[in-house]
Amino acid sequence: MGLTSGIAHDVALEHARAVDELAATVAAADAVAPCGAGTHWEVGGPPPAGVRVHAPSGVLAYDPHELTVTLGAGTPAADLARVLAAAGQECPLDPRDSRATVGGIVAAGLSGHRRLRYGPLRDHVLEVHFVTADGRVVKGGGKTVKNVSGYDLPRLLVGSLGTIGVLTEMTLRCRPVAPIASWFVTDRPPDAVRAALFRPSAVLWDGTTTTVLLEGHPDDVDTERAAARLDGRRPASAALPWPAGPHRGRVSVRPGSLPELATRFGRIEGLRWLAEVGVGTVHVGCDEPATLGAARAAADDVGGWLLREAGAPELDGFGGPLPNAALMARIRYAFDPTGKLSPGRLPLPPP
Amino acid sequence: MLGPDRARAEPLELLLYGRDAGVERGEAAAVCFPATGSEVAAAVGVAARHGRPFVARGSGTGLAGGATPVDRPVVIVTTHLNRVLDVDPVDRVAWVEPGVLNLDLSRAVRHLGLHYAPDPSSQAACSVGGNVATNAGGPHCLAYGVTAAHVVAVDVVLPDGTTAQLGDAAPDQPGYDLRGCFVGSEGTMGIARRIAVRLTPNPPVVRTLLLDFAAIDDAAATVSGIIAAGIVPAALEMMDAEITRAVEDFVSAGFPRDADAVLLVELDGLAGGVEAQVEAVREVGRRHGARTVRVAADEAERALLWKGRKSAFGAIARIAPDYYLHDAVVPRTRLVDVLRQVYDIAREQRLTMMNVFHAGDGNLHPLIVFDAREPGVWQRVHDAGDAILAACVAVGGVLSGEHGIGLEKRDKMPLIFSADDLDAQARLRDAFDPAGLANPQKVLPRGSRCGELQRVPEGAWV
Repeated sequence: MGLTSGIAHDVALEHARAVDELAATVAAADAVAPCGAGTHWEVGGPPPAGVRVHAPSGVLAYDPHELTVTLGAGTPAADLARVLAAAGQECPLDPRDSRATVGGIVAAGLSGHRRLRYGPLRDHVLEVHFVTADGRVVKGGGKTVKNVSGYDLPRLLVGSLGTIGVLTEMTLRCRPVAPIASWFVTDRPPDAVRAALFRPSAVLWDGTTTTVLLEGHPDDVDTERAAARLDGRRPASAALPWPAGPHRGRVSVRPGSLPELATRFGRIEGLRWLAEVGVGTVHVGCDEPATLGAARAAADDVGGWLLREAGAPELDGFGGPLPNAALMARIRYAFDPTGKLSPGRLPLPPP
Repeated sequence: MLGPDRARAEPLELLLYGRDAGVERGEAAAVCFPATGSEVAAAVGVAARHGRPFVARGSGTGLAGGATPVDRPVVIVTTHLNRVLDVDPVDRVAWVEPGVLNLDLSRAVRHLGLHYAPDPSSQAACSVGGNVATNAGGPHCLAYGVTAAHVVAVDVVLPDGTTAQLGDAAPDQPGYDLRGCFVGSEGTMGIARRIAVRLTPNPPVVRTLLLDFAAIDDAAATVSGIIAAGIVPAALEMMDAEITRAVEDFVSAGFPRDADAVLLVELDGLAGGVEAQVEAVREVGRRHGARTVRVAADEAERALLWKGRKSAFGAIARIAPDYYLHDAVVPRTRLVDVLRQVYDIAREQRLTMMNVFHAGDGNLHPLIVFDAREPGVWQRVHDAGDAILAACVAVGGVLSGEHGIGLEKRDKMPLIFSADDLDAQARLRDAFDPAGLANPQKVLPRGSRCGELQRVPEGAWV
């Protein structure tokens, strides 16, 4: 049955040994910088000083019948994808850089480009194990697909940027891969396209071109394509038009405010962007730090905010104090009284 | 602050609000009925100033004692806060007050081709605020996810009487996911006074199938077979022989009275995929010995099948006056094994047991039916409940899939969490509620905080 029994006992033993070692390192250190593959090392506040620690990698348990997989937080997303694909399943993490580790994705709170259909990252994380500041190993959540037993520590850890604990292990929800997946491009406006579709997996828009991902039964993909008048099929091998540049960020805005934001973005020279229509995430990239600052101002104007993801070191990571900062600080320092985990990563006042 | 009609301490009210739909009974000091968000904040503020505990309460349909007053708190009832405040069809988000009933919300957005996906069996009576507190589920959560996946923001009164918006209609908020922490916190982190929920487009095609089996093992094997075929149905429910007969006697939906188990399978989406899945489910069922596969011919027949499933708890009232229900979740592959143990436990304790549950996600609902007037029966019911939880946990299950921990399962938490795990949960809760006034004594057992057990009482001999 499944892969659970097939996974070498050694992996579990090696994982336990590595977690013990990690816990001892964390307990002894004054400052700790948990690190995945470093693909999003600059997200938010300045990269923390301290002892760099890495979580073990490897799939610990996978039974396709359960639609769940348990793995070391240091497992690269590409490795996970390969294991799941062998059983016709996937976990739609979709990091832009597939070297990213699953733990890094969870800590950075990176939802993939199929969020419109499959929901945000936080909905896929069922259980987490993490090392606390004082070196204890704590479990939150549970391995079953449904669970309301106790407080939702997995959701607290998603996007916590290494400030609550060092993730060591997680259980994720998986799903069967759709029979077919097809990309289309059109110059029709994204709202009209989306309104014509029932459950698109992604609708991306850069201000001129709308790129659509449809997944499902071949007949349905055809019907949907016709309904939304999507003529240009885009080769699956073509890379998504992620905005490139040394200075990058991610805007979060109400989906209904996207047209307004696009108008403002259109006036910013040198700004490249790609919006997730219906979600409200907008990826931006540029060559000059000042351009990223201008993008942030535009996001603020429409009630959104911009997270600095790379470059522009002089730009504040979050663009201001965090909402409910006092409550967040109480949570942070309840778990890490001396603030030694990823110091400086989240702008929270000391207790 | 509130007039005498909306702040009560008469014996009748105190009795009425002394419990929820679970079995535990408590005692309230006073009951109040705020009608606006500011009145909720004022009520919590008064409680906080006087160091008086408070408990939020929606419709009182909770089954785990989450709204049962302990430590003589002020019970704050949200049923008067029942307005749908704003519906945004572009963002597909609605702001509602906590007392809005689950089903009323879906009715309010039906004309837009949208609905609110979480659908507990009590959806005609339970409130969205209560759903948020328990992170409620329902049959359709198999494909659509539980309440936490459908709440984008909550405007809350924190236990100290201050207010905060947690989450946002924008996809991500900077910092921690406080919204995610709050949903499912069973009233221990404050009271929601406005809730922004995600609305889901109605599927163009819906097919509902009823499969019946001569052996419950075959039904369980069919559940696994459907998942193995790469299908995640919108809902996948199982009813055993006893409950199927009870339901058929109650609603006459045409459920086979001689079946050992029936499966209710719902598939939704676009026509091509749905029709292919209908055929696949039919085939999987046949392969595992389904005697008949009935596909609802129209909306009326579909509604009748669901009425049968959702009125299971009404149906059993005709058999015995009392019932006791657990909702542990087990790995799907262990369903047959655990069900067998559940029946053995019932036999050992000489109790009538029925099973109607969310098979697709392994969420059991073993239902013990009894007459509380029978001497000694409560002890046997409790012993059976304990044995069932132990059996579920032994195969890697969890205590609750959708009802919550409340008072009822609080002391079972150490079955699945270590002292360090519970300590971490207590830290999160205490950060929200340093004074410990919000729904005290719920969710976490005594001794969850590190050092709580070791603390030596003042004046004690050491």
